Amino acid sequence: MANFGNLALTLAFSVSLYAILALLFGWRTRRREIVKSGEHAVYASFFLVTLSIASLFYLFATSNFNVEYVAQYSNRDLPLYYKLAALWGGQKGSLLLWTWILVIFAAIVTYQNRGRRRDLVTVAEGIIAITLLFFLLLNNFIENPFSRLGVIHAGDAAPAPFVPDDGHGLNPLLQHPLMVIHPPILFIGYVGFVIPAAFAIAALITRELGNAWVSLTRRWALIAWGFLGVGIILGARWAYVELGWGGYWAWDPVENASFMPWLTGTAFLHSAIVQEKKNMLKAWNVVLILATYLLCIFGTFLTRSGVVSSVHAFAESESGPFFIGFIALAGVGVILLILSRLDYLKSESEFDSIVSREASFLFNNLVFLGACFAVFWGTVYPVFSQLLQGEKITIGPPFFNRIYVPLGLFILFLTGVAPLLAWRKTSFKSFSKNFIWPLALAVIVTVALVAAGVRGGAPLVAFFLAVFVTSTIMIEFVRGVAARMRAHAEPFAQALVRLVSKNKRRYGGYVVHFGIVLMFIGFAGAAFNRETSGEVAKGDSLSVGGYTFVCENIDEKDTPNYYFLEAKLSVTKGGKPVTVLYPEKRVYTASEQSTSEVAMRSTLREDIYAVFAGITEDTGKAVIQIYVNPLVSWLWLGGIVMGLGTIICILPDAASTRVSRGRKALDRLLAAADRK
Amino acid sequence: MQRKNSRVLIGVIIVVIAMAYFGFAGFQEGKAYYKTIAELNAMGDQAYGKRIKVAGIVADGSVQRRGEEVYFRLQQNDLVLACVYTGSAPVPDTFKDGAEAVCEGKVRGDRTFEAKKIQAKCASKYQSKYGSGAAAASPH
Repeated sequence: MANFGNLALTLAFSVSLYAILALLFGWRTRRREIVKSGEHAVYASFFLVTLSIASLFYLFATSNFNVEYVAQYSNRDLPLYYKLAALWGGQKGSLLLWTWILVIFAAIVTYQNRGRRRDLVTVAEGIIAITLLFFLLLNNFIENPFSRLGVIHAGDAAPAPFVPDDGHGLNPLLQHPLMVIHPPILFIGYVGFVIPAAFAIAALITRELGNAWVSLTRRWALIAWGFLGVGIILGARWAYVELGWGGYWAWDPVENASFMPWLTGTAFLHSAIVQEKKNMLKAWNVVLILATYLLCIFGTFLTRSGVVSSVHAFAESESGPFFIGFIALAGVGVILLILSRLDYLKSESEFDSIVSREASFLFNNLVFLGACFAVFWGTVYPVFSQLLQGEKITIGPPFFNRIYVPLGLFILFLTGVAPLLAWRKTSFKSFSKNFIWPLALAVIVTVALVAAGVRGGAPLVAFFLAVFVTSTIMIEFVRGVAARMRAHAEPFAQALVRLVSKNKRRYGGYVVHFGIVLMFIGFAGAAFNRETSGEVAKGDSLSVGGYTFVCENIDEKDTPNYYFLEAKLSVTKGGKPVTVLYPEKRVYTASEQSTSEVAMRSTLREDIYAVFAGITEDTGKAVIQIYVNPLVSWLWLGGIVMGLGTIICILPDAASTRVSRGRKALDRLLAAADRK
Repeated sequence: MQRKNSRVLIGVIIVVIAMAYFGFAGFQEGKAYYKTIAELNAMGDQAYGKRIKVAGIVADGSVQRRGEEVYFRLQQNDLVLACVYTGSAPVPDTFKDGAEAVCEGKVRGDRTFEAKKIQAKCASKYQSKYGSGAAAASPH
């Protein structure tokens, strides 16, 4: 099976090389049949990589420890779903997963655009295939997951196969249900951005710099962005429930790596609207999507290179120089390409006013790029400071927080204001008409919060803006629904559904914005976090945030996989029982690794989060750490709402299906005329 | 037309300056010197008062929890650094004998390193077990 998977992988490499040559040669010489053969090669690579990854899944499922990679990341006692998920537990398998997702997308793009005789599409397919070839190169020659273990005995010509009794097993910290879905979701996000970027490059090459590439890839960009965002939030959730330090985001380099393309991707989604509506910011959009693409590759590299120290990072590997080489080549290539096409990228209109939709989009872009640059700076500064000053200086969370609190609040402000500004210019009258009620409501709520004892500048501003933005969004919905109810005599629910389904991008966008508002409420809650820790024996208690925690018992238990200590904490507030928490300290027998299992009670108001940190040497008491984190649930809720909003945005709409059917018919006619 | 574009430009410049200011202030607060134990020793008195990150291997059997403080030693070849962890978060699960740890904190008057934050990567035992000498991996 290993040989089979390896063979399929080798063939995929040659076939995708052929695909590039055929697509680009067929495009240059305008020979349809060669392009077609290149497209078939794309399908063939899809088929081959699928066979390859299927055989790797099979090797994991059957615990074939002769394969080094399987022996490293799996073991016999692992449940089947973790055995399968262990495929992306390490460097080599996760790179193969990357390749597989890319080749699936390549096949879908090819299929979607079949029969459409357009240079733009052909060249874009070629660019996707080049990225594919790069990853297949790594899969085959640098990070081959099918390498086998062998023993060289003295005198033997070839190594004898070696099969360990059991595998090393999956890192206990990775044994969490999110291991099954978080990496693939994040990777779909990373890889998805390859598609719009490839179309942008193709647009530069073919000089078709109108809006075609933006419209053709709008859904791809949204899907990639949605998956990346949801992937990041799932990662934050995982860190929160598993790592036991009471937080969900640490500005760790690997977190940053996924966050950077999300930021530039967000900027792109917004400025693409300006291009579609106003024919402005053309060069800018190309730059943004290509930056996103390079940041996706850079992020994939950062996790694997060992350049930055991080809890998540894989061990150092030999693929680093290849990534650097690819990023450098691609970077220089696209910069030269953009410079040579500047004449085609001229804006067709200018800004009329600073109080306009266009200008607000510009500020949106500025803030997202600034935010991205700050993360980039903070992440790679240690590397540069060492190269340039000979002294390694790292940058910690205070740097990021200093920048992100004001930037975040500014972006929240724009979220509320921008969608209600008119294109070109907004009159003071319409401005005040739109904003008077949201402003009034926000002021009332904020005053009420202050009266209720809430203190702190940044969180109060955040709550103020949250109310303001939410009410502007509500007003938009109410106005739209009321207009439909009047004009079409529809009942409320029907009017709402029709309103949204006839303007999916607009109202889907509002839903996403509302998700962002909910997340900001969650972020603001962090200003009120409280924590305590202490040594407890049976009968001892701890108090924090109005809660009292009494240690009822400390138990020692055993399972085949691990043994553990468990504390029973009864939680009361004002004398009333709230809940009972059982934090654990586990020690896995196979790896001797210990993990703390967080015990948590989560409500919309606050999370109570208890960690069994360890046992003191001198007294033998349990060290318990307690966090009371207000409003964290709003963050996860916001993530779900954001995901739903993205789905609304990408749903196909009836009208456009009709148009695209018409367009297809036209393409077919043109193709037929061509043959004659 | 020109005037309106320049008004947008002024807005842009204000935002950029604000970001640069916050970035600079945050940088001063957040920066830490990343040192090996040898470099830390070489710093002498210069080490006091600076926020420093130091990396090393957790010495076997050195981790001792006393109350809420955790005492341990970091090793780098034959150099040893006595450390105490006084941070508020529990030490990470991966922090144990033989793990690669990065500690962030300050040097105390008695040259003990007081860490407020610890990151640790677990020792990859497996790779040293199969990866060297006795066994070799072949791609086919």
